[in-house]
Parts: sequence; structure tokens; C-alpha cells
Amino acid sequence: METLKIIGAFIVLAGSIFLFLGSLGMVRMPDLYNRIQAGTKASTLGTILTLSGIIFLSSGWTGKLVILILFVLITNPVSSHILARAAHSVKLKLTDKTVTDKLTEDEELINEKQ
Amino acid sequence: MKIKSFLIITIVLFGVWIMLNNSFDPVLLIIGAIASAVIALIFCSKCSVFNDIRLTPKSFIYSFAYIFVFIFELIKSNLDVAYRVLSPRLPINPGIVKVKTNLKSDLGRMTLANSITLTPGTLTVDIKDEFIYVHWIDVTNKDIDAATEKIVKTFEKLLIEIYG
Amino acid sequence: MVNQILNISVIIILLSVLMSLFRFIKGPSTFDRIAAFDTMTISTIGLIGIISFLSGRGIYLDIAIVYGLLSFLGVIIISKYLEKSL
Repeated sequence: METLKIIGAFIVLAGSIFLFLGSLGMVRMPDLYNRIQAGTKASTLGTILTLSGIIFLSSGWTGKLVILILFVLITNPVSSHILARAAHSVKLKLTDKTVTDKLTEDEELINEKQ
Repeated sequence: MKIKSFLIITIVLFGVWIMLNNSFDPVLLIIGAIASAVIALIFCSKCSVFNDIRLTPKSFIYSFAYIFVFIFELIKSNLDVAYRVLSPRLPINPGIVKVKTNLKSDLGRMTLANSITLTPGTLTVDIKDEFIYVHWIDVTNKDIDAATEKIVKTFEKLLIEIYG
Repeated sequence: MVNQILNISVIIILLSVLMSLFRFIKGPSTFDRIAAFDTMTISTIGLIGIISFLSGRGIYLDIAIVYGLLSFLGVIIISKYLEKSL
């Protein structure tokens, strides 16, 4: 029983480290799209690991924690996707390192046809 | 009324009710069943979201395979993010590429887009019909077919069995 | 032992919230601020989970659920507004 709790605590620690890495990416990356990439991925797995660790530690709260995990897993990609689409639709500048942008090319193609 | 959609939504709502209450008291179960059926009747009498799901044994097996593949890819993508964030030179080579999907159903495309967002180095930016625009943190090939092969194929061959 | 590890995790998550706050204050565009806000909220959900275990109150998890719901709605509504499609 005690071993299980220590395993759970270490899972929580791993989750919090992933959350930290996500925020570090948020600060270090050069433009919005890369920031969303780092932020979304790391924060999703970080929260899932943290809440799974709590499942190991406490016995009675499994249902609510599972609902929270599923909720984060479904909504987090959706919100990052809609944020990226909105940013691209107002033509937010990509970083100088960018090699290709097919979406802008296609939109310009459609505008020329009209 | 689409009976399949209605049943799936009722079962999902009832599952959420049981997990939130965390007890199997018969009174609570009856209240939850009635409430979820009524909510599904009011809000989803015309919706056809879940009609594309195939409820066959084969699709259940593929769903389990999909979950395991997804968890593996999620962990891999996080190690990828950790490597990119922690290395001092910041090794990124970003760009927006275009990939093509063969999935027909809306729910299947949504699942595919969400999966792409959580896999290594990719982020869905926009969907136009059968083309998905993906922000790729390390562009190795700008060609549409090569990018499709690298980004989409892992999930598509599982999802096409589930959603058709 | 368990409580000490959890306390360290709380400190790490608070540091990460602080770093997202830096991006929230500095962020050149509004979208950067929304992205920072999203990351901050998701981190805070994990933090609420740990705190509810440390203080032994399961009712805090309901707050986490509602907080996540509000953050999701907020991000979507502000994005739609800025996209001019609301």
C-alpha cells in the first residue's frame, strides 16, 4: 500500500515537471504557433499525469478525476486549434525561421481567381 | 429521430452522472437515467453526429488499438517537446504544410485533427474539406504526399476502420 | 515522504504558472496572451488536484471541473471574437 502511494507521488512529480517544461516552451519559443505547440502538448500530458497520480493516492475520488482527465484530453486540442486558426485568419506574422506556408499560398490563389 | 445517436448520448450522459456521484444507490440511478434520456431527447432529437460510428466487434478492437497508439504517441511527443525546449540552440524548422485525408465523416475528421495536435511536432491550423493544414515544427518535406505519409497515416488506417 | 514529494510538485507547478504569467504580461499580441492564459489554467487544474488531496477535501475537484469548463469557453469565445466570426 505504501509503495503504491510513493509510485503515485512520483507520477505527480513527473506531471508537474512536464507542466514546467510546457511553460518554459511558452517563454522560449519565437512565435505563437510554436508556443501553442509546446504549451498544449506538455500541459495536456502534465495534467493527465498529475491527476492519475492523485488516483493512485486517494481511493474515493476516481470518478471525478477520470471525468477531469477525459475533459482535459478532449478540450485542450480543440481550444489550441481554434486559437491557431484565429491567429492565422488575422494574418499574425510567423517567425523568420519558417520555411513554408501552404495555407497563405492557397488563400492567395483563391483570391486571385475571384 | 436517429435512434443510434440518441442511445449513445444517453449512455455517455449516464456514465458521467455515475462517475460524478460515485455511488450505486438505486434512487440516484433511476433519476440519472430519466434525466439523461430527457436531455438527449430535448437537445439531440435531430443531431446526426454519432451516426457514422460503426458498432461492430472489429471497430471495438480497433478503438482499443487506437487508444494504445495514441497514448504512445502522446508520450513520444512530450519527450520531443522536452528535447526541443531544453536544448540551448532551440532546434526548430517550422512551417505550415498541407496533408490530405481519406476520412469522410465529420466526427472522424475531428478525431484525426485532435490526434494530429497531440502527436510529435504537429498542430492542426485549419481544415478545408479533405485537406488539413498542419503546422509542423520540423519540416522535412514540403510535398503533400510525403507529409501525408509522415503525419496522417499512423492514425488514419485505424480511424478508417472505426468511422468508415 | 508522500507529502514532501507533493509539496515539491506544488512548488514546481507554481513556478510554471509564474513563467506563463511572464508571457501573459509580455506577449506581443493578444493571441500570445490567450495561449499563456490557457496554459496557466490547465496547470492550475493539476494544482487544484494536488491541493484537494493535501487538504483532504474532494469538493475541490468540482471547482477544478468548473474552472476547466470556464477556461475552455473563454478561450473559444475570445478566439471567435478576434477572428470576427462570432
